[in-house]
Amino acid sequence: MPYNEPSPLEVKVVTRRFELPNSASIDTYLATEGYQALRKALEMKPEEIINEVKASNLRGRGGAGFPTGMKWSFVPRESPKPKYIVVNADEGEPGTCKDRLLMEFDPHQIIEGVLIAGLAVGAHAGYIYIRGEYRYLIDILDRAIAEAYNKGYLGKNIQGSGFDFDFYTHTGAGSYECGEESALLESLEGKRGVPRIRPPFPAVAGAFQSPTVLNNVETFAAVPAILRDGGAAFAALGTPRNGGTRLFCLSGHVNKPGVYELPMGFNLLRMIHEVGGGVRNGKKLKAVIPGGSSCPVLKAEECDLAMDYDSVAKAKSMLGSGGVVVMDEDTCIVKAAMRIMKFYAHESCGWCIPCREGTTWLKKLLVRFHEGQGTRSDIPLIGELAKNMLGRTFCPLGDAAAMPTISFVEKFPEEFEAHLDGKPCPFETAGRLVTA
Amino acid sequence: MTFSSELETKFEKLLKSYPAGRERSAVIPMLLFAQDEIGSVTPELVAEVARRTGVTPLQVEEVVSYYSMLRTTPAGKHHIQICTNISCMLSGGAELYEHARKKLGIGNKEVTPDGQFSLEEVECMGACSWAPALQVNYEFHHAMTMEKLDRLIDSLRKLQ
Repeated sequence: MPYNEPSPLEVKVVTRRFELPNSASIDTYLATEGYQALRKALEMKPEEIINEVKASNLRGRGGAGFPTGMKWSFVPRESPKPKYIVVNADEGEPGTCKDRLLMEFDPHQIIEGVLIAGLAVGAHAGYIYIRGEYRYLIDILDRAIAEAYNKGYLGKNIQGSGFDFDFYTHTGAGSYECGEESALLESLEGKRGVPRIRPPFPAVAGAFQSPTVLNNVETFAAVPAILRDGGAAFAALGTPRNGGTRLFCLSGHVNKPGVYELPMGFNLLRMIHEVGGGVRNGKKLKAVIPGGSSCPVLKAEECDLAMDYDSVAKAKSMLGSGGVVVMDEDTCIVKAAMRIMKFYAHESCGWCIPCREGTTWLKKLLVRFHEGQGTRSDIPLIGELAKNMLGRTFCPLGDAAAMPTISFVEKFPEEFEAHLDGKPCPFETAGRLVTA
Repeated sequence: MTFSSELETKFEKLLKSYPAGRERSAVIPMLLFAQDEIGSVTPELVAEVARRTGVTPLQVEEVVSYYSMLRTTPAGKHHIQICTNISCMLSGGAELYEHARKKLGIGNKEVTPDGQFSLEEVECMGACSWAPALQVNYEFHHAMTMEKLDRLIDSLRKLQ
């Protein structure tokens, strides 16, 4: 059973097996239409599979929202090198805790999605890169993989089709940066997780410098339903160009935090009030981070918003990884900005100077500010520093640190001013955040 | 170096998981799994992993210094990791961490003198909707309170 009560407003596609007993076992999976999409895909031509995924309007659930079918189509058809499928299970974006559930409660759905991707691009091996802290999930995936080998859904000549595919788990060891695709690939090769310059993109030179499809756990988990029920049916669940459902991780100051599967385009205020049971303790809503800590914050009055990639982008933020962090009227925005920057400073891999130095400098500024030691000129300096990081790094971590910071300081300047002249934080009576 | 037969089996499987000539891929998993068994990444372990994967000890060391879960000194028997990142912070994660610090009498990444407990303030560990969260070794504990933390620490103490 998942960790929170489901909501009646959910539309269950990728979570449809979560409440079944032994939902992770292959027997449960096979009894509930499991591996039927694979059977269908085995009868299809690669371009037919890709077209079905394109028709579903499935977009990458890791955060960037790139159209999945298009991503798969970039893998060169003829390649002298073997091709690989890599699952990004390095879930680390603050506010995000959904891939964990998909792995825990329905690992075969991920394996089936990977097999279909393998058929689509002509790959015969794949890896799931799981963050080190998720050790129990490595065990669950290893068990599921062993079951799939035993029943002929992995290995040589899968279900007598002549298609071979091997699948392996791989553990990370503590690094947010390894959730970035090119750093993940470096880490998979046994190196420090520093990003690669692109092009070439992973579709051309990914794992072991070979053509690679790399997608988030939830993206692969959606693929069996797309093949089984058709791309058009999946697309129809969402909004134009934003197909299907997605997992939203509601956290922070709501009465019923939890992971909920909702259609793309679900209204954010409804999500907070009707799914999440409203703001905790009857407080007023102050702000929401809509898609994980890398996304610019939305003020309460900006939250009457359809939660799909295009609508949130239009509101100058991002749908990101589905981490919806709700903050009530008593939340100190300076403290939130400081804690988030402390995270990015810790996780910057140090490869690119604007990110390495920028995050550390901003952390120091924000800590000083929150302690009441900031100066008036620091306020524009925070925004200026952050803007100087944008677009100047190999990977998006620098941008991920800068974008929310710019939004905090531009949308809530009065909260920064309230901390000036040695004044104590107006939102706290006791206990400051530890900044060890 | 010799390891348990269980770990040796794991290593064998790992080394066969990657394309021929790409044994370096096994470095990080081998280090983490071995650390779980022997307590920390020792110079002997670095040399052993280098030997088994065909890389230089320096190539192993540069990985050890990068990944936050790899450590060169042993943690306590019960390694308590408390998340204070944004979602946990909004639900009292920082206060929970402070409470643990006082209760155990140790600071970040320190070990109690009896070697039973170590404490670490960590970044997001994927439990945001069930915050504040912590892990003891690899086990998640959700929706923590100071009282629940007290009970948890007391029950772990009794295990000694």
